[in-house]
Amino acid sequence: MVKIITKNLNLWYGAFHALKNINLSIEANRITAIIGPSGCGKSTMLRVFNRMNDLTEGVRMDGEVLIDDTNILNSHTDLVVLRKKAGMVFQRPNPFPLSIYENIAFGEKIHGENITRNKLDEIVEKSLKDVFLWDEVKNKLNESALRLSLEQRQRLCIARLIAVKPEVLLMDEPCSTLDPQATARVEELMRELKSKYTIIIVTHNMQQAARVSDDTGFMLLGKLIEFGQTQEIFTAPRDKRTEDYITGRYG
Amino acid sequence: MRKLKELIIEKVILICGLASIFFVVLIFLFLLKEGLAVFKIVSPFKFLFGKSWYPISEPPQLGILPLVLGSLLVTVGAVIISIPIGVGCAIYIAEIAPLKIKEALKTGIELLTAIPSVVLGFIGMVTLVPLAKNIFHIPTGLTALSGSIMLAFMAMPTIVSIAEDALYSVPKTYKEGALALGATHWQAIWRVMLPAASSGILAAVMLGIGRVIGETMAVMMITGNAAVIPSSILAPVRTLTATIAAEMGEAVVGSEHYFALFAIGIVLFVISFAINVTADLFLHKRQ
Repeated sequence: MVKIITKNLNLWYGAFHALKNINLSIEANRITAIIGPSGCGKSTMLRVFNRMNDLTEGVRMDGEVLIDDTNILNSHTDLVVLRKKAGMVFQRPNPFPLSIYENIAFGEKIHGENITRNKLDEIVEKSLKDVFLWDEVKNKLNESALRLSLEQRQRLCIARLIAVKPEVLLMDEPCSTLDPQATARVEELMRELKSKYTIIIVTHNMQQAARVSDDTGFMLLGKLIEFGQTQEIFTAPRDKRTEDYITGRYG
Repeated sequence: MRKLKELIIEKVILICGLASIFFVVLIFLFLLKEGLAVFKIVSPFKFLFGKSWYPISEPPQLGILPLVLGSLLVTVGAVIISIPIGVGCAIYIAEIAPLKIKEALKTGIELLTAIPSVVLGFIGMVTLVPLAKNIFHIPTGLTALSGSIMLAFMAMPTIVSIAEDALYSVPKTYKEGALALGATHWQAIWRVMLPAASSGILAAVMLGIGRVIGETMAVMMITGNAAVIPSSILAPVRTLTATIAAEMGEAVVGSEHYFALFAIGIVLFVISFAINVTADLFLHKRQ
């Protein structure tokens, strides 16, 4: 099932043309990786899907981005609803300087009306279990989230996201600050989550894209050069530039 | 030759550095020496909690409770007024205001610091005092409330600039994280940024209080200077600082009255010191 489609998507930062005529379609319940060298526009691309680019001054977009057949670039798009649906995990884990419990409860508190403490406890426990963090933190839910290790923080951020029941997970180089073992655990987690969500991951790490994703898009200088099944992109790229990149000629 | 020059400069700078400490210590010792003498006449307990301040009656009654309560009332009033406005202003500047307004506001607030307190007192005297009198139908507008409002203006620049600084230094990733979860701008500010900046904001408030409690001129001009235990915020009061300023000129050197004024100085010193240390603790906790 197709979850996201972009049609002739263009984006400018002021005069800089950052995304050029992007057309792609992303399937639900698969992991889609977007790879490419620094500055190719892959993070910008990701930030289109939850309109985080709106925070940057001087951003202009045209074209269409359909999520479940609704164009989210419409001026009357409710950003709160959109961002609840398409949640984001950032490059540097950014738990709030609150307790572990409050971090997970945050989404419920801003979206839910009057939720009972019991229900909230349940959501916190379930979300932490979903990211396999529960056993590590169940006895210190009231401690500051900033005391966790980097990798635990990143999993906490994913749990915080899952708690608001998104449909799409946007991951912006989620492992770039983690060591290999921690990376392996987060990747494992992504595979576990795949059945319930549409996952898009931006990474500069080609091996990671190859390991974890089902589909891959390769971007260069604001253009989507090639998009297809990961296996094909990495074994039989159709475009010379893709081949040069994945074989390490540049990047 | 070059080495000698370096050495001399180094020593001169060292002396400058030591001099400031030396003077602080000297002032403190002088304060102690003159102030503690009063406790030969009156016990510390009676001094701090005595209900009447009649320093030139015979025998003198040296209870500073009315003055302490006066200072407290004016300060608490000023804090209650200045915190919401000050923190609100800081939030507006740090988060909401467009760049141009932001610059204008920051400059404006710095200008507020530049107004001498006697001028603020004077303005308060001719505007605020009659206004208070008419609004509340009281015999005089020289009240604790008038003093609080004027002092709130004086605390505001400190509170705004330090709180704004604290909010500004909250990592942008916190705000992004909150927005990405579907929080509104206000929810991000209220639930994430304010808690993250809380220690800095507390420090800002403490320093604002420090400014208020040490202020003399404006309060002396508009609080009515009645050394009685205030019955309400609409009654005239006299603060610790105003007492020293008003009475030091007429106190006979070496008299009980004179020593008592220095003892008030010690009380003020201790209060300000405690406030500054607390503010420092909050600031360091943040870093």
